[in-house]
Amino acid sequence: MELAVRNSTRKNMRLKRNGHESLRAALFLLPTWLLLLIFFFLPIALTFYYAFTNISLTGAASAHTEFVGFQNFTSMFSDPSFRMSVINTIVFLLASAIVGQQVLGLILALLMNEKKQWFRSVIGSLVIAGWVTPEIVVAFIWFAFLSDQGTANVMLGWLGIKPIHWLTSFPMVSVIIANIWHGTAFSMLVYQAALGDVPKEIQEAAMIDGAHGWQRLWRITLPMIRSSIVTNMVLITLQTLGLFTLIYALTGGGPGTATETLPIYMYQAAFSSYQLGYGTAISLILLLIGIIFSVGYIKISKVDL
Amino acid sequence: MPYIVLTFIGVLFILPLLWMIFASFDSHASLTASLPKQWTFGNFASIFKNPANIRSFVNGGILSLGQSILVVVIAALAAYPLSRYQLKYKKPFMYTILFATGLPITAVMVPVYELFVFFNLQDSIFWTMIFLTASSLPYAIWIMKNFMDSVPMELEEAAWVDGASVLQTLRRVVTPLMLPGIFTVGIFTFSGSWGNFFVPFILIQSPTKLPASVSIYQFFGQYGMVQYGQLAAFSFIYTIPAVLLYILSQRFMSAGFNFSGGTKG
Repeated sequence: MELAVRNSTRKNMRLKRNGHESLRAALFLLPTWLLLLIFFFLPIALTFYYAFTNISLTGAASAHTEFVGFQNFTSMFSDPSFRMSVINTIVFLLASAIVGQQVLGLILALLMNEKKQWFRSVIGSLVIAGWVTPEIVVAFIWFAFLSDQGTANVMLGWLGIKPIHWLTSFPMVSVIIANIWHGTAFSMLVYQAALGDVPKEIQEAAMIDGAHGWQRLWRITLPMIRSSIVTNMVLITLQTLGLFTLIYALTGGGPGTATETLPIYMYQAAFSSYQLGYGTAISLILLLIGIIFSVGYIKISKVDL
Repeated sequence: MPYIVLTFIGVLFILPLLWMIFASFDSHASLTASLPKQWTFGNFASIFKNPANIRSFVNGGILSLGQSILVVVIAALAAYPLSRYQLKYKKPFMYTILFATGLPITAVMVPVYELFVFFNLQDSIFWTMIFLTASSLPYAIWIMKNFMDSVPMELEEAAWVDGASVLQTLRRVVTPLMLPGIFTVGIFTFSGSWGNFFVPFILIQSPTKLPASVSIYQFFGQYGMVQYGQLAAFSFIYTIPAVLLYILSQRFMSAGFNFSGGTKG
């Protein structure tokens, strides 16, 4: 009702100013257009072009860039380290983001729900501390924690367990744990907000009807926060897909190719082997996966424009 | 029972951080987190004594502050017509912006580097700042537009009736009411950029131009194996702004995690 009134006033005002409005809008949007076109959409368009060239930083191809068709892609798909990096990306994504952060974040939010305020703040702050810490520092902290003389092995020693060479024997487990530590707070905050919106009356009614804890969780709470779960899943998938710094600084993608995900593989192809064209072809794969999830995000988030 | 489980998880979360805290105050720091036998500020002092470290913090500050100001101004200008006018291209524009928000920036870094080489823009704090500005605009415009939608139209109309121009109204009426939105966008942009390693790592080469996020990494490679105390102290100092900004941002975004910034699901 109020909205209708406001819209009609707005329409009247607009009639008076109609001539200037579209010009003014164009002016206000000009800096945005320029920046996004040059530094965002042009690089995306270039990805589609450079991926089919042999552009490189050094050598003959740096002077004469040529169109090479699908050559980058055929050599990529026949490269075992590409296949390895795809598998690594999927394992890292599933274990650290989809299962780790998402499930731990949900568990934390559920356990904290309706607990004492001071207790929620203390535990919440500890989890958020991991999230607020810059990614490069997260890598150092976990390097120290998991190193041979690190705190993890000291504590295992208390239990009588021999030191474990975390970063060399279990490199993937190491980067997954570090990423869960770094990212869980986001999911926790999302689920705390979502749980706060679930009406208490429904839970109480279910309790009176004799539904016990697990049934209430499975039949009532989870279905009610379903849209938050899906949105959060897509968002953390997109965040994790592009993750570079943590893995690069913690293991460098190694040992060998054990923790080489697509961004690391892309970086090495473009900036260590100087094959920019090949690196761009990998970017294109990353970009296409990102586009699929980004479109999914728009579809499920039911935007209100 | 939940209290015990939560306390346990909380302890697990604080454990890795203890190394950074203890080692930074320990003159004989190792990779093991242990209480320093003798607490010292020596590590912090030697970080601040080295002009290269100071410069990297200044570089990081310039990069992040410059970017935040640009993002706030440009996003506020863009949000105004998107919030107030009925534009034909509004819907596709907003969808494009939302789409861009989702894309991982990592995926475009190789072509961005090529573009920078082509136009000879690499190794420049300014152009790195401009690229970072472009990359944070999409989400900033979403948040700004939502904040602006909640600023009542009537106040502006009243100002127009009194003879104020659109720009005057924007500055005197809309901006003060938009402060929470401006701070949210500014703080988010600053801490995102302050913590960003990958973009300056690719686009800047000169050691004298590197922000703290990248110089800390080189520090790690060069001395980190021996000077754990200094590495921890550097990490500690570098982390403090991120923590302070997070605490500050809490004042401005109480319901921020309901996806209320742009989506209603």
